Amino acid sequence: MAAPRRSRKGTLVAAISTIIACIAVAAVVGSSAAWPEVQHAFFNGERFANALPSVWGAFAINVQLFVFAELLILPIGLLIALARSVQAPALAPLRLFAMVYVDFFRGVPSILVIYLLGFGVPALQIPGLPKDPFFWALVTLVLIYSAYVSEVYRAGLESIHPSQERAARALGLSRIQSLRHVVIPQAFRRVIPPLLNDFIGLQKDTALVSILGVVDAFRRAQILKAADFNFTPLMTTAVIFLVITFPMTRFVDWLAARDRAAQLGEQR
Amino acid sequence: MDTQRVHRFTQTTRLSVAIMALALILAACTSTAASPSPSPSTVASCAKADLVLKTAGTLTLSTDNPAYSPWFQGGNKGSELFDGDYGNDPYKGKGFEGALAYAIAGELGFAKGEVTWVVTTFDQSFAPGVKAFDLFMNQVSITSTRAEAVDFSAGYYDVYQAVLTVEGSAAASAASIADLKELQFGAQIGTTSYQAIIDDIAPTKDVMTYNTNDDAVAALESGQIDAMVTDVPTAVYMRDFQLTKGLIVGQLPTPGQFGVVLEKGSTLTACVNEAIAALEADGTIAALMTKWLGTDYTVPELN
Repeated sequence: MAAPRRSRKGTLVAAISTIIACIAVAAVVGSSAAWPEVQHAFFNGERFANALPSVWGAFAINVQLFVFAELLILPIGLLIALARSVQAPALAPLRLFAMVYVDFFRGVPSILVIYLLGFGVPALQIPGLPKDPFFWALVTLVLIYSAYVSEVYRAGLESIHPSQERAARALGLSRIQSLRHVVIPQAFRRVIPPLLNDFIGLQKDTALVSILGVVDAFRRAQILKAADFNFTPLMTTAVIFLVITFPMTRFVDWLAARDRAAQLGEQR
Repeated sequence: MDTQRVHRFTQTTRLSVAIMALALILAACTSTAASPSPSPSTVASCAKADLVLKTAGTLTLSTDNPAYSPWFQGGNKGSELFDGDYGNDPYKGKGFEGALAYAIAGELGFAKGEVTWVVTTFDQSFAPGVKAFDLFMNQVSITSTRAEAVDFSAGYYDVYQAVLTVEGSAAASAASIADLKELQFGAQIGTTSYQAIIDDIAPTKDVMTYNTNDDAVAALESGQIDAMVTDVPTAVYMRDFQLTKGLIVGQLPTPGQFGVVLEKGSTLTACVNEAIAALEADGTIAALMTKWLGTDYTVPELN
């Protein structure tokens, strides 16, 4: 596609202004008398390279944790959202439970939940109850993020106009069938971007597992940092997390843009 | 909406982001070999009036909060700086490091009232930039790589690491390092205790690391780890006061040294070294060790 002249000029201007902005930032940061010291402590190329293999190896823990957690959170979050939207009076306790659950796990700092479950429950010494810290970190993340994700689902479900369900019921579908075939598919499509947004948060929160002693990427970097009194390994971890989350954030933006374009197209 | 413009906008943004990232990486990674700090300058005099201090006329000492026994002791009633029930207000001048800090201050010519304490976390103690303290004492082990970031005084305590466990644990019956290899170990993050496990024991399972020794104790008591490693005086303290069925398996062969942390290139380092040498020579350090760390514990050496 031949870009119009106006467009090419715009790109050039944008590139030049970006370069100028970068030079300005570099000049301000670099002009600090303490920059060499900060650079040595945080951006040391050699230590970065040294830390990379072991931090990358420990990152496997984070990947396992968020893959397992996401697979569990998707159905559990949906069930909680549905429980919150049941209308039958007899099921009021279910609705109440879902409400209390969401309020509680969205309101309590994750770090407290992981302490309580990861150190508190194994200390009960109940036979048959797992002691594995990875397991309790997984439980913590699933409990907390299911609460967040259920709210995303609920927003999606409520955004589907009631006329959709009424039309489905008029066609002879039961309440469950109309949810299953009409409401949920439309709602799910709409909530994919905010859902993925929560999952990006989840991926970063997998570092909480380190509190229970498991050496994940962040903890490996902390060990290296304390051994050498140099913060560069933390930057290594940051880059590794970015490499994973960056494609996902771009994907979310692309989905959102596509969705917007589709909706604008409908209005035309 | 004009899709042509949307497309161009995203393309431009993408280009900008790419340039920005590249520039940052270049800026961050160039000339890392450059020496970050001036080399320590020699000091002509350690007379009190000649010392370069954070606050003129006052020696600013520092440790972490909480400060743990037996390194700091003596209760914290009336303390505005340190709270909690660790009983470790450093102004009391009690505990081995608390008392030694005042002894060093005395050697440098500062009376008890001419000393202030500030709280510094372990990470803050080696973060780049101007430090808030003159002297930081928090059981920091001296290593050559660490010394690239801060100044260390001469060592004031030869520290051995002890394997601590509880009765009934798989580690309780271990008699040698070989018996420990298959066990699950834990240690506080950032400690040389962690390094000692790797170097001296080389266990087959990944070592668990905790934010504090208290968390490691919780994991030890619930059976998540078989044993933990910490320095001998701390291990003895934990066995006697923190654990109900605590047991010390033995100490590891490789010793380390605790030193005072100072700002990189500090002019005080040489003077602190003189003070420590004097306190060593007149028997003060040995007396403080006997008083605060005790001599009544015997820890078998593991081979």
